[in-house]
Amino acid sequence: MKGARWQGLVFPLGLLLLGEAAFAWSHIQSDSIAAPSAALLAGYDALTDGSMLQATGDTMFAAIAGLSIGGGVGLLLGLVLGTAPVLDRLMEFTIEAVRPIPSVALIPVALLVYGFGYRMEIAVVTFSSTWPVLIMTRSAIAGIEPRLIEVARALRFNFAQRVWKIVLPAALPRIFVGFRLAAGVALIVAVTCEISANPIGLGYGMMMAEQSLHPDLMLAFLVWIGVVGWCWNWTMITAQKRLFGPAALVEPAR
Amino acid sequence: MTGWRWFWRLASFVVGVGFIYGWQMIADAKLISPVFLPGPDRAWAALLRGFHSGILEPKLVGTVQRMIIGWLLASLLGIALGTMIGVSPRARKIFGPTLEFLRPLPSSAIIPLAIALFGLSEGMVLGVIGFGALWPMLLSTVHGFGAVEPRLYEVSRALGMSKLSVIWKIALPSSMPDILAGMRLGLTVSLILAVVGEMLTGRDGLGNWILLAARSFRAPDLYAGVILLGLLGYVSAQALAWVESRLLRWRAVAR
Repeated sequence: MKGARWQGLVFPLGLLLLGEAAFAWSHIQSDSIAAPSAALLAGYDALTDGSMLQATGDTMFAAIAGLSIGGGVGLLLGLVLGTAPVLDRLMEFTIEAVRPIPSVALIPVALLVYGFGYRMEIAVVTFSSTWPVLIMTRSAIAGIEPRLIEVARALRFNFAQRVWKIVLPAALPRIFVGFRLAAGVALIVAVTCEISANPIGLGYGMMMAEQSLHPDLMLAFLVWIGVVGWCWNWTMITAQKRLFGPAALVEPAR
Repeated sequence: MTGWRWFWRLASFVVGVGFIYGWQMIADAKLISPVFLPGPDRAWAALLRGFHSGILEPKLVGTVQRMIIGWLLASLLGIALGTMIGVSPRARKIFGPTLEFLRPLPSSAIIPLAIALFGLSEGMVLGVIGFGALWPMLLSTVHGFGAVEPRLYEVSRALGMSKLSVIWKIALPSSMPDILAGMRLGLTVSLILAVVGEMLTGRDGLGNWILLAARSFRAPDLYAGVILLGLLGYVSAQALAWVESRLLRWRAVAR
């Protein structure tokens, strides 16, 4: 196991060393790319003076707020559509018509309505993180063991009891998978918003570093965004394993 | 049975039309300012106007071209790299952790880097699409190769097949479902990155058009563009699903 870890480090470290060596030998002066060591220094400065953490906070705030609203809407709609097949069939066309709209196409709409700021970004994140939760909730409910529903009927549960005591607990592991996918999408969409329009957060910081000819800071932001994304992803996967264990090991429907 | 299916299709279509009618009512009653929300009639008129005046067509073609060329580029690279990594356990050990680190990275985050390196050019947009849409295909190819039934490899060894023909005749066909799923995801990513790329570089396309429409408060044009992009997403996904069902027909028969 230790050997495998060590082998995994060979490629990225080798690449970094190669980049560093290329800069050292060629004495290149560039406004578009910087040596790994320069990026490391710029990243250290930006982290210690707080600007990068501030930007991270902005991005995460927008992503989490959008994820909460979108996840809530998706869960609610998924529950309704999953428990009422008639409604599900009636809504099919509408959902199939709205879902394929690329989330980034809504950035200009949100810009028009809300202007710059958190609200615009949260609106776009909300739209895009609704779908994974909605789809997974609906299919999770459809996949519930029919005998459980029979049990509920035999026990004369009313609708609320059926949802609370049978449907939700049985569908929860798969719903969480949808939530995890939505969380990944939320961060991606938040950063994309910031890069293409919204002047806050990590994406904007990176864009500014590029435009003000600070390639070292830009690369530092890129690596930092990677680190944040990885941690976010890791948190979700760990939470899923802790909360649901093997019950959550279902592959998302593709 | 099929009669019922058509009935439900029609019913859900009617509901969809009802929603559009509701949108029209809200816009007509000016419950939401028409600056933000024009009615579907005005959006539709803007769409027709755009096509009649010949403005919209080259933009649509530009976006579609970028999306498809970038996607093909990514597919080729993704499947080739995925094959190289998937076929050898050692390569999987060396590159796997790096890939796992890069996977959650928002692909739009490399746009500033790409601008710095290549400028605001067509090649930069294609490069970004190619890089961003590469991941789903690369990862699904690696996954597909890892999930090949081990007995098939045993058979190939018994038959004395060369490494190349093992890849071509066994590993690639049996990871086809995974690869196609990755390609479907990649197509969505390609459309998104094409739009973002156009917004940032000002290349002629739908992404740039809707951003300019929003900035100059031409809401009907903006909604027309969003509708067109939604349609583009829908058509491309359906087309690929059709290809997929044809390519994977052997699998359904085998079951």
